[in-house]
Amino acid sequence: MTPRAESPLDLTIQELGRRLAAKELSSVEVTGAALRRIEATDGKLGAFLRVMPEEARAAAKASDARRARGDALSPLDGVPVGLKDIFLTEGVETTCGSRILEGFVPPYDATVVERLRAAGAVVVGKLNMDEFAMGSSNENSAFKPCHNPWDLARTPGGSSGGSAAAVAARQVFGALGTDTGGSIREPAAFCGVVGVKPTYGRVSRYGVIAFASSLDQVGPLGRSVWDAAVQLRHVAGHDPRDMTSSTRPVPDYLEGLEGGANGLRIGVPREWFQGGVEAGVEKVVRGALATYERLGAKLVEVSLPHSRYGVAAYYLLAPAEASSNLARYDGVRFGLRARDAKGLREMYGETRERGFGPEPKRRIMLGTYALSAGYYDAYYLRAQKVRTLIRRDFDRAFEACDVVAGPVAPTVAFKLGEKVDDPLQMYLADIFTITCNLAALPGLSVPAGLHPEERLPVGLQLLGRPFDEATLFRAARALEREIGALPAPAGI
Amino acid sequence: MPLSDFQVVIGLEVHAQLLTRSKIFCGCSTAFGAQPNAHTCPVCLGLPGVLPSLNRRVVEFAVRTGLALGCTVKKKSIWARKNYFYPDLPKGYQISQYELPVCEGGSVPFALEGKERTVRLTRIHMEEDAGKNLHDVSPDGSSGVDLNRAGVPLLEIVSEPDIRSVDEAIEYLKSLRAILVYLGVNDGNLEEGSFRCDANVSVMRKGAAAFGTRCEIKNMNSFRFLRQAVEYEARRQVEIVEPGGKVLQETRLFDPARGETRSMRSKEEAHDYRYFPEPDLPPLVVDDALVEEIRRTLPELPRARAARYQRELGLSAYDAGLLTADKAVAEFFDSTLSYHGKGPEAAKRVANWLNGEVAKLANETGLEAGAWKLTPERLAAILDLVGSGTIGGPGAKAVLDEVFRSGADPGEVVERRGLAQVSDEGAIEAAVDRVLAANASEVEKYRGGRKNLIGFFVGQVMKETRGKAHPGVVNALLQKKLGG
Repeated sequence: MTPRAESPLDLTIQELGRRLAAKELSSVEVTGAALRRIEATDGKLGAFLRVMPEEARAAAKASDARRARGDALSPLDGVPVGLKDIFLTEGVETTCGSRILEGFVPPYDATVVERLRAAGAVVVGKLNMDEFAMGSSNENSAFKPCHNPWDLARTPGGSSGGSAAAVAARQVFGALGTDTGGSIREPAAFCGVVGVKPTYGRVSRYGVIAFASSLDQVGPLGRSVWDAAVQLRHVAGHDPRDMTSSTRPVPDYLEGLEGGANGLRIGVPREWFQGGVEAGVEKVVRGALATYERLGAKLVEVSLPHSRYGVAAYYLLAPAEASSNLARYDGVRFGLRARDAKGLREMYGETRERGFGPEPKRRIMLGTYALSAGYYDAYYLRAQKVRTLIRRDFDRAFEACDVVAGPVAPTVAFKLGEKVDDPLQMYLADIFTITCNLAALPGLSVPAGLHPEERLPVGLQLLGRPFDEATLFRAARALEREIGALPAPAGI
Repeated sequence: MPLSDFQVVIGLEVHAQLLTRSKIFCGCSTAFGAQPNAHTCPVCLGLPGVLPSLNRRVVEFAVRTGLALGCTVKKKSIWARKNYFYPDLPKGYQISQYELPVCEGGSVPFALEGKERTVRLTRIHMEEDAGKNLHDVSPDGSSGVDLNRAGVPLLEIVSEPDIRSVDEAIEYLKSLRAILVYLGVNDGNLEEGSFRCDANVSVMRKGAAAFGTRCEIKNMNSFRFLRQAVEYEARRQVEIVEPGGKVLQETRLFDPARGETRSMRSKEEAHDYRYFPEPDLPPLVVDDALVEEIRRTLPELPRARAARYQRELGLSAYDAGLLTADKAVAEFFDSTLSYHGKGPEAAKRVANWLNGEVAKLANETGLEAGAWKLTPERLAAILDLVGSGTIGGPGAKAVLDEVFRSGADPGEVVERRGLAQVSDEGAIEAAVDRVLAANASEVEKYRGGRKNLIGFFVGQVMKETRGKAHPGVVNALLQKKLGG
């Protein structure tokens, strides 16, 4: 491998932007470098489902031309980024990690893709993911597993595993993912990058393939807090095509970024530190909390008594919505169709039997059951009540603190195959991230250091008040500045 | 026990397509009759990633309808997904309303055999229409799907089981349809399916306290079919219940070719629609300001218009009811008055012609008021020709017939066909003299006291003048010549 220090691919978006502006680098150069890096590493890493070299080079060239004219569109202009394959890209196959969408070429761009392009970002490809974003290890991809760049024997987390792995492995400078129950934050933590799940409604979901509509949210992954913030700033904001998107103006997240942690009240949920977190992970998380105290923040114990019901409620609500959202994959209008089937019912059955992998099937069945006549009140409705109670827990907690802090996941990245046969263990990987989605709050995962024995990244999770992403960024930046950047992952 | 010992109980569910220009959740056109799938986009095709974006006009139409029918308009209502698989349903679910619909309560008033009736409404909710499956469209025998209609906005208007006869059901539907058309929210077309109806039918012994088990009847796209279907179904149920059997709750399809209903799916086979709140749409909030704004701009409804015609124009309840049943006819009436004069006499005249000869022609030709070649101005012109004595009754009918069919100018028709009435006393007198001379014995009888023979003489003179003699002049001359 080429000596790393010389590579422009190690730069943050912030630094790359400076070099591009100063004409010390061109987008064509860095895009070429990114494409070569993908070419060289992705056979082992498996982060990409589709690379778009021609489109990327053309976009890079156009970006350089804008720079030459002094017409740069944004700090993202010319920056190579990747997209989880859940975002619709006009003219470019989009599969959502599923066989059932193999060959589906969308006729339109997702709103966030439009916005990234409008900011000048160079999209280099579509990233691997768990099928329909259902999973915590990327092992549910119908096409291939994705590996953790810190240790190729481990998972990158999921479902946005490809996004986290590609950013960590220096294949791209930033990426977009989606987070329904932790699908950005967990892989970000496992791969040692920053990942943000914004407040529900902060980013448009138009053109984002739906898993669980009331929980899904688009967010950025980057190698620094600044990099994540700048991406969010350019994709967030109201979209008339998504009626659940908020009309609140998007603040300039970069403005107060260096405000530090002095005076910040950090809520530490009692329930999150009562066992269940692996000792080394807990040590790193507690270390991060101690760092905050040193920086002048105040730690406040808070209680989230209903968060223990989070996983149960989530695995009723998310499958219920998914069972409905996945009904459109019926072989009639797009994607896979069982052409040899006789009659309508058989075509439906065979198409879905062949097209969906085990996890979507499991969740369709769970969700269909939870919504069935006679069970709705006991399952779906009760889960909605739990959701309300969880939100109230947070409302109460935020009376005493500005952010809530804790682990992202109970462990560091686990081994490929370790949990693949035990769905319940896999579901429990999301135990700390799920409540944030249920409560529609913003959450962020920032590297807190390396596990003392495993030498793998551990993430700190920060949760904020609705639409208060700015405070999360400021708090995360304070920690990042203090502990410094993680080394480049050694596995690739 | 005969049929007459049983009481039929009917509740109706009407699906009315709303006359918005674009669909409920996207900007596609709602126009009828385009090439299959011409009016589609990623949203109404249900492609991955799309989200619904509510057409506010649909809400306004729903509120307008709710206010007109005296419903409670809910400040907050909820969208819901109704889940089922069918090729014409692109998303695999229909966006509808379930637990909290936009309107509750209200009623539909109508007259039945001269008596005032009202049927209570349960609810009104908004939803999207499905597309259509097209069979036998391709040489290999495969079917196609046309999604032009998918996403066209619908109001579902559900009545309480207050209806006790087919006649009542039909009058209810006619009244509801007239109201929707007056409101400008629906075109009332049963054949094209923009106004559709399902019926819940049960029977019980007269005087019984509890309703029988109901069946839902679908596929009745005319009042005639509704009558056939409900009558068949009631008879079928009585034949089951009468000897002690039990009606199975099920959905039944009307077969117009056989005039029968047949089982479509039983209660056990009924879809479990797995309704749940639509997460892609926030709860619908209808604020007071919007409700008040819509209330202020509600148009006059059929029954208010009929009352006004009675009050201001002195029309009979019967005439007023006929004129106002179809908004286009009522507007034709008003417009004719603006040409012909607004007094009670003029109104009575116009009403007689519209409800009489014009209605007959409309019936014969099968043309709705909107499609007539006859214009209010021309009808007024014909009445003016009568009023001025230029043409008489028979002439006027002939003129109307031609104008109705061809749209010709009435004056031109009168001239071309020589229908103008003869008022020249000299010419008429000659005809009178001829008639009296030719019927000497009748003249004898008349003078002998058979005064009712005057009609015979008038008829003969009219015949002599080919119907063009002015009847008043003929009468006066005959009286004079016959000596009183």
